[in-house]
Amino acid sequence: MSDFGKSILEQTGELTRFAMRFFSQGLKPRYEWKEFLRQCYWIGYKSLTLVAITAFIMGLVLTIQSRPTLVEFGAEAMLPSMVSVSLIREISPVITALICAGKIGSGMGAELGSMRVTEQIDAMEVSGTNPFKYLVVTRIAAATLMLPILVNLSNAISLYGSFLGVNIRGNVSWSLYWIQVYDVLSFGDLVPSLIKTFFFGFAIGLVGCFKGYYSKKGTEGVGRSANEAVVVASLLVFIIDLLAVQITDLLGLT
Amino acid sequence: MEKQIVIDVSHIYKSFGNNHVLKDFTMQVKRGENIAVLGKSGSGKSVLIKCIIRLNEPDKGNIKLLNTDVLTLDHEGLDELRSRVGFLFQSNALYDSMTVRENLEFPLRRHRIKDEMTHEFVEGRVMEALSNVGLAHTIDMMPAELSGGMRKRIALARTLILKPDIILYDEPTTGLDPITSREISELINSIQQKYQTTSIIISHDMSCIKTTADRIIMLIDGRCYAEDSFEELQNSMDEKIRLFFD
Ligand SMILES: Nc1ncnc2c1ncn2[C@@H]1O[C@H](COP(=O)(O)OP(=O)(O)OP(=O)(O)O)[C@@H](O)[C@H]1O
Ligand SMILES: [Mg+2]
Repeated sequence: MSDFGKSILEQTGELTRFAMRFFSQGLKPRYEWKEFLRQCYWIGYKSLTLVAITAFIMGLVLTIQSRPTLVEFGAEAMLPSMVSVSLIREISPVITALICAGKIGSGMGAELGSMRVTEQIDAMEVSGTNPFKYLVVTRIAAATLMLPILVNLSNAISLYGSFLGVNIRGNVSWSLYWIQVYDVLSFGDLVPSLIKTFFFGFAIGLVGCFKGYYSKKGTEGVGRSANEAVVVASLLVFIIDLLAVQITDLLGLT
Repeated sequence: MEKQIVIDVSHIYKSFGNNHVLKDFTMQVKRGENIAVLGKSGSGKSVLIKCIIRLNEPDKGNIKLLNTDVLTLDHEGLDELRSRVGFLFQSNALYDSMTVRENLEFPLRRHRIKDEMTHEFVEGRVMEALSNVGLAHTIDMMPAELSGGMRKRIALARTLILKPDIILYDEPTTGLDPITSREISELINSIQQKYQTTSIIISHDMSCIKTTADRIIMLIDGRCYAEDSFEELQNSMDEKIRLFFD
């Protein structure tokens, strides 16, 4: 087997072990609530502006881009319904997750990486603290919890963006727009897409922490950790998305 | 009465893959002694003292600290033992995201969770440790705002905050100018006298070793190559030892 293939298998194995360790250690007491809340604040609050701006632009642009095709079929009135379904089901969760993979994943990779390199992780260990619990468990848990919240927010804001997009060329009243949107959206659209965002959050936190926690010595190692965290987390987001669509399809939720 | 042995390292081996770093290393330190470990860069000095508090797991051998067998301890026992050992890291290891105060409070709050840790007690300890190193005014600063020498001294204060019986110093003066490094050496001496600690000092800095160490251990080829006082080693005819003193 090629080196590349071998290293992918190896990494998958190590990542799985890391995830198991998260569950086995995270469930045992001495919970680090304070650090967990601090991480929720950093991950959630600090990504808010970025997520909001991209969500708005995403809704707006997608609407403007979709109009010509619908006009061709004489189905211009379908615009709000069509756009909102694509936004809620796919585009808003995935784009938000990718942004978070870039922002949160690289942040964790760099932060934990530099803590590893400058022996801060060792220092915690000799100070009566389990660094895995204090640093890794809290971060993964916070990312898993915060990502769905960010995606929900992104869903809402992207629909506002879409309303603006609809009204640039056309004329749909505020109430009519929302009636059309709510008419077409069902639980089958929202719930599976929300469930998968928990997995997105988990994957981003897991990869970011994994890459940082096992960072190689030296400042170069820190840069590489941050970089690899983003690449692998983004890839995982797509893989999870692919699995999620298969599962919802099998369950007949589409 | 013979002084009690507080650090007893016997026949330890440690390798990373094919890199055999420690090979049958043995040393003993008595209560109140200051031992310097001297060795080339990459000879395994950091690995050695990390083995002593089990940040590294030796492959083979025995380590006793304060009459406790380090390698067979469970988690609680290890934490308990570590609260009696101070470790000054080579790269200081100050927590970047915390202020100086929070850095110093961290080991206190973490180790003695059940004790009556009143606000006054913590505050008193923090101030005592900071004034020991003469940096009381930096209490609310971030580590990034401090100079290299100041960071080293804050790290030293954090090491002292639990009033440990044993202190392990990993290159306390490396990367500092001669004046600052002399200050750090004197600080180490004054701490030793004030708290009666036992310590291991790793260094390549001859003047630091000369002022602080009672006895020197030469770590060469993964084992204890020679051990003696500074003067004796200085006059040694052995080639490998001469390299360090010329
Ligand atoms: N975690 C590790 N994984 C693999 N090899 C390691 C690890 N830690 C140390 N080594 C290797 O062990 C050897 C000794 O390293 P150590 O850090 O103890 O050197 P040192 O004597 O402290 O040197 P310096 O004076 O430069 O700090 C080096 O060759 C290093 O590559
Ligand atoms: Mg070293």
